[in-house]
Amino acid sequence: MTIVFYLLAALTLAGALAAFLLRHLIHAALAVTVSFAGLALLFLSLDAQFAGFAQILIYIGAVAILVVFAILLTRADIPKEGVFSRSWLVGLIIAAGVFAVLGWAVLESIGGIPQQNLAPAISVHDIGSALVGRYVLPLEIVALLLTSATIGAVIVAMHEREGGK
Amino acid sequence: MASNLDQIFILLRNWLVGFLPTAFRPAAGVLLGVVAIVCVFPGLFALTTVFERKGLGRMQNRLGPNRVGPFGFFQPIADGIKSLTKEDVVPFTANAVVHFLAPLVLVVTVFMGFAVLPMGRNMALVDMDSGLLFFFAMGAATELSVFMAGWSSRNKYSLLGAMRAVAQMISYEVVLLLSAVSVVMISGSLSLPAIVAAQNQYSGIFPHWYVFTPWGFASCVMFGIAATAETNRSPFDLPEGESELVAGYHTEYSGFKFALFFLGEYLAMFSISGLGTALFLGGWSAPFSFLSVVPSWFWFFAKVMTAIFVFIWMRGTLPRLRQDQLMNFAWKFVLPFTLLDLLDTALWRFLGEGWQRWVFCTAILLVAYVAMSRIGFRRQHIGPRSYRYAD
Repeated sequence: MTIVFYLLAALTLAGALAAFLLRHLIHAALAVTVSFAGLALLFLSLDAQFAGFAQILIYIGAVAILVVFAILLTRADIPKEGVFSRSWLVGLIIAAGVFAVLGWAVLESIGGIPQQNLAPAISVHDIGSALVGRYVLPLEIVALLLTSATIGAVIVAMHEREGGK
Repeated sequence: MASNLDQIFILLRNWLVGFLPTAFRPAAGVLLGVVAIVCVFPGLFALTTVFERKGLGRMQNRLGPNRVGPFGFFQPIADGIKSLTKEDVVPFTANAVVHFLAPLVLVVTVFMGFAVLPMGRNMALVDMDSGLLFFFAMGAATELSVFMAGWSSRNKYSLLGAMRAVAQMISYEVVLLLSAVSVVMISGSLSLPAIVAAQNQYSGIFPHWYVFTPWGFASCVMFGIAATAETNRSPFDLPEGESELVAGYHTEYSGFKFALFFLGEYLAMFSISGLGTALFLGGWSAPFSFLSVVPSWFWFFAKVMTAIFVFIWMRGTLPRLRQDQLMNFAWKFVLPFTLLDLLDTALWRFLGEGWQRWVFCTAILLVAYVAMSRIGFRRQHIGPRSYRYAD
């Protein structure tokens, strides 16, 4: 378990490191994908099948493709000057702040939960029942949000076509 | 005897694993299963290529391969030797690492999908709680490999082909998922062996396959359309339409890497046919109850090969679509119809046993189909073809 964990953690971190060290944007996007895959494998090694497969399906199948498309459509190529933007200090502060908050939350939660070695036995079936049972309202709200986003996207696309003609 | 023959591969595996100390047995069992999958499906691929070329030749009134061996049946061996010994050309401007990785990622992710397919009674490599989700997750990962291939080649035809492929795969993946959801709604499980077991019942001599219900038939047809598009087969083979894009995203691949792409495409066909078989055609269950003496794995492979034959038949029959037709078809016909079919499935689930649900569900689907195709045709202005520059 621990060896697998360290291997996967190394893979995830290497992907994340490569994502911001590589100069080529598409390479960076592919490196992020490696990091996503590492995270999915981490979920799977914790017996969280649903989270793991959803991670692959959504992050590798959709988000990575979206990122790659965005890069290609904005015609970004290898930057000529350095990779540091002018606002790197602000970025650093925000990143450090987010990391601190997340780390604090994780460390706090460790104290709250009693230590137990039992693997949580939550099957996909239970997640499904919970989603359409207890958490049906959040699910519906998310569905509504996504529908409105889709309609918005369609409207944006329609306007462009009318302007073109 | 019949049950021994049915379980012959399981018994064989247990016998082989029995030679090892107990500690290594589970790992060795899994390893044997992987080796079997890695050997059987490429072998089937070799057979299918020659059958496809023979079959297409027959449909187009020509002979097909007929030089190597009796009736040209050793053609795949010659092809294999050819692609192994061919020079592996990598374009000078290509992005070498990504260019090298793309075919590997494709073949590996496609092979992973086979892990959850039930190929016979007790013959799924991994009986996962959420096998269907795993299969779709692996299918989603293949899109990235197609993009990697097209982009890293630094060739406009490759990139255009890859963009077409990704757009097409994303559009039809929605349909693929939604048509599988209706089966999940009825069987109440994401595990493929459980879905097959739910269909392995008989009324009289007739099986309870989902394709024999109104909603199941509709989703099976939609699944078939989406599967054809997802595997880039004709009539949805725009990403590699040779008259437009040379060979699409694998234009710049030669030698064994090209063979890997070819292998990946056919393996994807096998795995998606296997999934369709498990979801709608009862997996390994026999078509009539009295045929259950025939081993279950025989039925699985027979159904997969029938699906492959349909793929080849469509390739020999239908002309290629245009890009806008492809997208319109996906978003304006197939997707709405699949969504309606989901509602129909829910209705089927809650109308209870009896003849009413057969009548209601069939009527809804038929009316919707006729109405949608009428509306779709009204928008089209079909007339004699006009040429702008070629007159």
